[in-house]
Amino acid sequence: MSETQALESMIGEEYKYGFSTDVEYEDFPTGLNEDIIRELSARKEEPEWMLEFRLKAFRAWQEMEEPDWFNATYEKPDFENIQYYSAPKNKPKLDSLDDVDPKIKETYDKLGIPLEEQKQLAGVAVDAVFDSVSVFTSFKEKLAEAGVIFCSISEAIQNHPELVKKYMGSVVPARDNFYAALNSAVFSDGSFCYVPKDTVCPMELSTYFRINNMNSGQFERTLIIAEDNSHVSYLEGCTAPMYDEHQLHAAVVELVAMDDAEIKYSTIQNWYSGDEEGKGGIYNFVTKRGACRGKNSKISWTQLETGSAVTLKYPSVILQGDNSIGEFYSVAVTNKKQQADTGTKMIHIGKNTKSTIISKGISAGRSNNSYRGEVKINKGADGARNYSVCDSMLIGQECGAHTFPYIESKNPTASVEHEASTSRVGEEQIFYLMQRGISEQDAISMIINGFVKEVLKELPLEFATEANALLDVKLEGSVG
Amino acid sequence: MLEIKNLHASVEGEDEQILKGVNLTINKGEIHAIMGPNGSGKSTLAKVVSGHPEYEVTEGEILFEGEDVTELDADERAHLGMFLAFQYPIEVPGITNRTLLRESYNTIARENDREELDPLEFDDYLKERLEVIDMKDEFLERSINTGFSGGEKKKNEVFQMAVLNPKLAFMDETDSGLDIDALKIVSDGINKIAGPENAIVLITHYQRLLNYITPDYVHVMMNGKIVKSAGKELALELEDQGYEQLEKEFSVNGEAQ
Repeated sequence: MSETQALESMIGEEYKYGFSTDVEYEDFPTGLNEDIIRELSARKEEPEWMLEFRLKAFRAWQEMEEPDWFNATYEKPDFENIQYYSAPKNKPKLDSLDDVDPKIKETYDKLGIPLEEQKQLAGVAVDAVFDSVSVFTSFKEKLAEAGVIFCSISEAIQNHPELVKKYMGSVVPARDNFYAALNSAVFSDGSFCYVPKDTVCPMELSTYFRINNMNSGQFERTLIIAEDNSHVSYLEGCTAPMYDEHQLHAAVVELVAMDDAEIKYSTIQNWYSGDEEGKGGIYNFVTKRGACRGKNSKISWTQLETGSAVTLKYPSVILQGDNSIGEFYSVAVTNKKQQADTGTKMIHIGKNTKSTIISKGISAGRSNNSYRGEVKINKGADGARNYSVCDSMLIGQECGAHTFPYIESKNPTASVEHEASTSRVGEEQIFYLMQRGISEQDAISMIINGFVKEVLKELPLEFATEANALLDVKLEGSVG
Repeated sequence: MLEIKNLHASVEGEDEQILKGVNLTINKGEIHAIMGPNGSGKSTLAKVVSGHPEYEVTEGEILFEGEDVTELDADERAHLGMFLAFQYPIEVPGITNRTLLRESYNTIARENDREELDPLEFDDYLKERLEVIDMKDEFLERSINTGFSGGEKKKNEVFQMAVLNPKLAFMDETDSGLDIDALKIVSDGINKIAGPENAIVLITHYQRLLNYITPDYVHVMMNGKIVKSAGKELALELEDQGYEQLEKEFSVNGEAQ
């Protein structure tokens, strides 16, 4: 079998999360205007200040232009045609699992994310977001004992307004960019986490995002705050059914790390990526940013991006505190006609700040995979250091890999290192391993796993196996 | 053990024949050397016998222990006990030698209904085999051939052979690029592996390898065919006279036939 043929049969692997669940939704009008936003806010019984936040963002958004500087071409979403709030009718009020619609429970079972605490991975608390609402958060009580608040952002707005008011929009302002402004206006749910001073969060926290409704977009908002000398590790997973229409997912994630605090944020993104011809799939336009506000703080982004029709995403770190550390570890896999333009920004402000960027792009099929990164060293960032590696691997002849690194240093004592490489999974590598008795599939899997090892070892242990399996499925049949 | 009959092969999709009718029989317990000028088809022969997908067999057949393997994939041939020591060993970053060897060893064992070794047993086995080629065990933790010197890559091929213990090994210019000390270690290793139950085919440009390993047969390949076969004295003869004499001899009839 030729390299391309084998590659294609591997790529042809069915997306196993592509089913949809037939649930009853609350009625909600389609379209986007101030009335819709008022209605949304009212449905969520939000306080006045929250509504004001949304309306301000909406007015800003109306004056903004949709950006088009990405290395991707796609049909722009029709914002009037999206349903901005999509809530299953039976939303549990008391966060009791008994109130969760059995069909939704079943959906999560099928996705391998059971909602029952006793069935969950040991040491992992889950917030389950189904379309626009959080349906259940596990281990809340256990976390509360340690002083950790972990709940949906909607609940946080009700129960911890002072924290939400103080931090929401403080890292990603509402008018930061077109999609952040849209999110600020219409976000429906997401996760909230607050780790108090001197606390190590006793469990891995995770949110599992599921888009089910065909006409809805998902606009989630996540806010994580780590106070002085605290530590938290958080993971998000994402899947969606297979529909012929594109769906928009425009999230905002804000992280705040105070003195000596550490936040580790991991993503396993497996949204539906569309079919061979690029029909359907999710538009994943996400703004993620962390602020290392305190000295010696650390924020680490790890992402495994395998899904979505189009991904535009640049998890960034603002290194404000002296000696703070920003890290970005990324594996982006594109296949079929997927397009990914992803990377990071590291903004060095404090002294002796340090950032590491390890980006691994794998392109197969007729996909296009771009790394876009910016390292900015401000005037006062004496002794700042950055180290970047971007490696690309091509599988087959019809895909593309691109690298767009931007470096700006205003401080002569800073050091910036950038390495880049592009390789092709070659017949020779595969033949070498096959000559040692290893099957073609296993050979490909070994080569790819070797390529991404540096990044995957950064994922929390509980999810490493899942990540490896996902990678294998994603590229199965794609090389030969 | 190996019987190559009238083997013709070309690069897939191209008309030009690189192998133009190779005949070769190898029995167990034998060491063969194949010599010949650049471009005569020696490396191609090794790759075609191992099942490299770039080549197409257009005529003839390859029998291994009586079984026609001409159409088998490279991994299936490896399961039968065929091995190729690469002229240019390939780098595979991120996968350690140890991982590769355990996968290889256990896959081959499984295919032959032999018992697989668990990681601890395998470790002991690896340590023992390291001695064959005088390598330190830190070698096992390094990514396959990644950042290895030329000599280390060649030693690694012999080490893999020592671990996998194939019935038949083609060694494609394992001696080239080695200094005299490394050449000695590599030849010693090959001599330790060679035994009455296996066979080794050395592809080489230089007679000097044969000072350390004594072949039972020496073949000369020219223009896609084996044009002369004899005992080990042929190598010395070639060293003395070069290939020119032979080339003249065989150009009497035009192209080697």
